[in-house]
Amino acid sequence: MVQLTLPKNSQLVAGKVWPKPAGTNRLTEYRIYRWNPDDGVNPHVDTYYVDRDDCGPMVLDGLIYIKNKIDPTLTFRRSCREGICGSCAMNIDGTNTLACLKSMDDVSAKSVNVYPLPHMPVVKDLVPDLTQFYAQHASVEPWLHTETPAPEREWRQGRGDREKLDGLYECILCACCSTSCPSYWWNGDRYLGPAALLQAYRWLIDSRDEATGDRLDDLEDPFRLYRCHTIMNCAKACPKGLNPAKAIAEIKKMMVERQF
Amino acid sequence: MPGAAERPLSPHLQIYRPMLTMMMSIVHRITGVALYFGTLLPVIWLLAAASSPEAFATVNGLLGSWIGLIILFGYSWALIHHALGGVRHFVWDFGHGFGPQAREFMAKATLGGSVLLTVLLWIVIAVVKG
Repeated sequence: MVQLTLPKNSQLVAGKVWPKPAGTNRLTEYRIYRWNPDDGVNPHVDTYYVDRDDCGPMVLDGLIYIKNKIDPTLTFRRSCREGICGSCAMNIDGTNTLACLKSMDDVSAKSVNVYPLPHMPVVKDLVPDLTQFYAQHASVEPWLHTETPAPEREWRQGRGDREKLDGLYECILCACCSTSCPSYWWNGDRYLGPAALLQAYRWLIDSRDEATGDRLDDLEDPFRLYRCHTIMNCAKACPKGLNPAKAIAEIKKMMVERQF
Repeated sequence: MPGAAERPLSPHLQIYRPMLTMMMSIVHRITGVALYFGTLLPVIWLLAAASSPEAFATVNGLLGSWIGLIILFGYSWALIHHALGGVRHFVWDFGHGFGPQAREFMAKATLGGSVLLTVLLWIVIAVVKG
């Protein structure tokens, strides 16, 4: 349900300002959401200063700088540092994106404000619990369903049908889109969210898939599909430039078209 | 999972940068709710007209007062804004208007169009009434 404010245990309290690194003038200020499950303190925003002469250009570089040189307790996920693993998805400068693809110079606020993905249970600092997100992805059964006997070599697909998957298969499941969606914030337990629905559509329009009807039956629900109100935060947030809002609209169209 | 119950909820509305399309979606919802109550205005006006000349004079006088006119102005804007928003949703229902340029343009056109049409409507009203 819609709850505009944060529960008591989630409200921010005053944080700590960490000392500036010595011997440099090129500093970038970071304000980072911190929460430690072990110290019994509410979440808070700590301030750090990153020495730009000793650090790469991306927001992730700054986080790694802080973890290595200022505060080793800072906790975040990262892996590939080139926008293909989706691990470092977080809320930076007010929008969801990958820390490894966001340049510090592109931040519009005076400081680099970093929060975990919005409206998610926090495991620690910038690490959200994505269990439900992954379960929703699994619920659309993101694999090929067939009834005809498997061909000897492979399921073949023409060039035109293959092109229909462009803009869908590239999803890296970083959760930037789903956690940017107010509908997902209010009804994330029942609404599948943009990421899972983009994947649902990826299998709905796959020419080789033979379970289109079953897949649509599964989505025909006031919440699972129809909580999308075309708010478009998903399409704006996607670091891969995909358009979940459009994919969801195509699913809604399929729902109507199959009645004729 | 131990401790899972105490996990804080990460900030959402508090920290998310207001996006034009997101704000328009919120305004569409607000105008929709406002219309639910605003539509009572013409209903009361018609009911008064059907009951007695005195009742009609009272209601007509209230709606014609300065406060009444301001409320009616707001109501007409909400109606036009919500109607244009409906057209926007209609375009989306056909699978169009999702591109980065198109969605921003439609949001701005809805906002600008609703203000323009409301002002035009009231100019026409003022001219007709003399």
